[in-house]
Amino acid sequence: MPAERIRDLQSEKLTSQVRHVYDHVPYYRSLMDQKGVRPEDIRGIKDIGKLPFLSKEDLRETYPYGMLAVPLSDCVRIQSTSGTTGKRVIAYYTQHDVDLWEECCARAIVAAGGSREDVVQVCYGYGLFTGGPGLNGGSHKVGSLTLPMSSGNTDRQIQFMMDLKATILCCTPSYASYIGESLKESGYKPEDNFLKAGIFGAEPWTEEMRRDIERLLGIKAYDIYGLTETSGPGVAFECAAQNGMHINEDHFYAEIIDPATGEPLPDGEKGELVFTSLDKEAFPLLRYRTRDICVLTREKCSCGRTHVRMSKPMGRSDDMMIIRGVNVFPSQIEAVLLKEGYAPNYLIEVDRVNNSDTLDVYVELLPEQFTDTVGGITAMEKKLAGAIRTMLGIGPIVHLVAPKSIKRSEGKAVRVIDKRKLHD
Amino acid sequence: MAIKQLTVFVENSRGRLAEITGLLAAHDINMRALSIADTQDYGILRLIVNDTEKAMRVLREKDMLVQITDIVGLKVPDRPGGLSGALTVLDQAEINLEYLYAFFTNVDDSAVVALRVEDNAAAEKVLRDAGYSMI
Repeated sequence: MPAERIRDLQSEKLTSQVRHVYDHVPYYRSLMDQKGVRPEDIRGIKDIGKLPFLSKEDLRETYPYGMLAVPLSDCVRIQSTSGTTGKRVIAYYTQHDVDLWEECCARAIVAAGGSREDVVQVCYGYGLFTGGPGLNGGSHKVGSLTLPMSSGNTDRQIQFMMDLKATILCCTPSYASYIGESLKESGYKPEDNFLKAGIFGAEPWTEEMRRDIERLLGIKAYDIYGLTETSGPGVAFECAAQNGMHINEDHFYAEIIDPATGEPLPDGEKGELVFTSLDKEAFPLLRYRTRDICVLTREKCSCGRTHVRMSKPMGRSDDMMIIRGVNVFPSQIEAVLLKEGYAPNYLIEVDRVNNSDTLDVYVELLPEQFTDTVGGITAMEKKLAGAIRTMLGIGPIVHLVAPKSIKRSEGKAVRVIDKRKLHD
Repeated sequence: MAIKQLTVFVENSRGRLAEITGLLAAHDINMRALSIADTQDYGILRLIVNDTEKAMRVLREKDMLVQITDIVGLKVPDRPGGLSGALTVLDQAEINLEYLYAFFTNVDDSAVVALRVEDNAAAEKVLRDAGYSMI
């Protein structure tokens, strides 16, 4: 579809989406009223800047049903974020919304070369997490044979992959890498499996990691993007060009804004990605701030698709880290330290070793905590690591260090060092 | 009677040990015994000095992690098997040894070792009963 035609379609859909939200979501209506914007002021995409933004805080505040735009009885499904940062965000779907989402995932599978001849092994988690259900539904829409594996149990993953001749693998990039290593350890060569492509997302990964996975599994590895708030995975996906992710912009309108001022930025400039759903029923979100820092491009893609492309997220506009697919905030680690009787003097170091994220936490010991045996200090480190694991869901390596040994700049300590090179 | 050991947390950074020994030297503190337990991230320096309280004050002024630990100063015969006999006594009494190290000099023709056990009093008793003496 030519770009102008897409814009006309988006304008048409946006006007009715805004009307739908204004009429059915009192929370957003009051945001619009405060800004003095009426639904009739939005006559097309050119007017989108008049609409107020939504943030994760808004979704938390309206938990669980404050953003619902249809009668609950019209909904057929919910999905949820992991809730590690506090209250979970719940997304609700009508059958139309589920179909729309699965359609987006189906496009991602087709872009990766999938068809009804393929066997799609889905080892994203199934359940509240959107990864499993999204790709599962997308695979059904394509008509591929779907293996609903969910995550974990790598031996079984490998057995089914080989026995059932899976051709497309869907999981997090770190799990793909792990499966690849496990295959190698079991004596399989990359050409022994039947895979041709992988669709990997839900966590940041580098080009280097892509090359490693491609080599390990003998496949082409495709990136996929999405967030629970917008539906789930499939909002954007890579094509054979592997050069940016095409946004399904007939369903989601993307903007890039300056995270500090909220001002829209032109294509090619780096800023915070903002999504507006165009035809969702149950959980339509207007100008939702993703906090992901990206660049958009409308340059012609060699695959022929005209949909705008987004870069891999280059960072977060807040301090959230995504480690092994889990959202981590420094404040969560700080809370554990205080609870365990440590001073909040710490340094978080995130790195990637052998394609797996590492999390090291350096914590200053208090004089009264010091003990004269290595065993005693090791036991304290282990206990603290356990408490952090309980909070985050992922385990760190804790290093207890001497007081005042963590560098402070202008009196305030640097809390996070992220050594992962995500944009090479 | 237990003797006082100075325990110092030492980061694995260049010149850290020299800084500590330099501070002690500058304050005229003499070291009688020393050991270091080291890990990848840090070391634990154990010192026996002539003025424990003063040494602790000096190091704490520099924000170092310092603690005083009671240990057993055991005299063992300065000949082959001298230490072995004492450790056998502890083993038979089921007393776990955390660590030990030797003094630089001997006393009355005996070698002196610093012993760290869970229960100093119990260790001293079984050792005395077996004919050993402490400093």
